Order: sequence, then structure tokens, then C-alpha cells
Amino acid sequence: MRKAITVVILLGIGVLFMLMVAEMPLYGDPNAPAHQGIMQKYIADSARDTGAINTIAAIIIDYRAYDTLGEATVLFVAVVAVTAALYGGYEHA
Amino acid sequence: MHDMILEMLGRVLIPATQLFGAYILFHGHLSPGGGFSGGTIIGASFIFYSLVYRFTAKKHRLKHETSLLFEVGGALIYVGAGLVGILAGRHFLTNQGVFPIGEPGRLWSSGMILLVTLGIGAKVAGTVFKLFQELLEGGAEPDGHH
Repeated sequence: MRKAITVVILLGIGVLFMLMVAEMPLYGDPNAPAHQGIMQKYIADSARDTGAINTIAAIIIDYRAYDTLGEATVLFVAVVAVTAALYGGYEHA
Repeated sequence: MHDMILEMLGRVLIPATQLFGAYILFHGHLSPGGGFSGGTIIGASFIFYSLVYRFTAKKHRLKHETSLLFEVGGALIYVGAGLVGILAGRHFLTNQGVFPIGEPGRLWSSGMILLVTLGIGAKVAGTVFKLFQELLEGGAEPDGHH
């Protein structure tokens, strides 16, 4: 019974992901949101907006800083998962 | 076990690795690199330290609390830098207008980016080392020591 529920939930998540992928613009599509001038804005304005001459750093830690916080959370969860798996059943300070 | 060759290598390589990692961190807004790569390099130096000195003396062990401090401290620096934006009446993680941006191209520039890079570096170094430490020593006994 639990296995059946697990399979149904996983299939549901899979269908959701596939629907999301189907909504994504085609690779190289000139009308994709990524090609609507955001590139030019980053290249032209990033040094003035953020003070960083490394455009990549300007994007990941300023324009997309919230996204990078999520990435850091992934690392945190990885450590918590490893610790929890190794110390399962024990008290650990 | 005491390995003299390993120890002499470590004396040269560990400070050099940490210096290179600090360079990658502090130049994250100027050149390729940044928090994740610099943090990994510094974490690698901790792993090397642990491998060289693990069996020689208790006082040379890096404690579990140390890696936890790096891990949590880095996350707090990141979130703290974001909260400064809210306290200044702007959005979470706002750089422009909240932090002093400085002159682009100088070391002390880019405001929040340098601060957050250092936070990510501490966090990633803590993550890399803590994963190594837990897989090496963890899960055996309740006190975590063999």
C-alpha cells in the first residue's frame, strides 16, 4: 500500500515536471525571455549597478542573490542529511 | 602513525592552499572564482590538515564544533547581509543604495558582493570539511570518537 502511494506521488511529481518542461522555450528560440535584452543590460550596467567588474559575480550574488541563497541551503541540507544518516539512533551534540 | 614526509609536505602546502583560497575569495568580484570555488579550496586545505595530523595528537584534531561554526557562521553572514537591506527600508538582499559600492575594479568595492562571497566561502569550506569529517569519524560511537 505504501509503495503504491509512493509510486502515485512520484508519478504526479514527474507529470508536473514534464508539464513545466513542455512550457519552457525551445533552445535557441529568439523570443525566449533570456533573449529579450537582459543580456545587454547585464553587460552594460552590471559594473555601475553592483561595483563588481566580474559580471558573473554581479549576477549570482546581486541580481540573483536570492537564488544563490537557495544553493547554499542545498549544501546545508546535504550536511544535515549526512549527519542524520550517520548518527541515526544516537544522541549527538 | 607519524609520517614525516606527509607532515613536511603539509607544512608547505597547507598555508599555500589557504592563501590561494583566500585570494580566490577576495577577488570573487574582480576575476573568475568566488565563494563556492574559494571555499572548496580552503575546505580542501582543512581536509589535508586533518589527513596529516589526524593520528599524531588529540590537540591537532579540528573539532566538529569548528566546522559547524564555519557552516552556520557563513549562512548567518549571508542572511545578515540580506537583512541589512530590509533594515534600510529596501528589499531583502539589496546591494545598490544600501552598501557602499565603491569604485569598480578596486579590491574594496562591490559592497554586499564581497561580504556575501566571504560568507559563502566560509559556508562551503565548512560543508566540504564537515562532510569529510562525518564520513571519516561519524556514525561509530555515541561520542563520535573511535
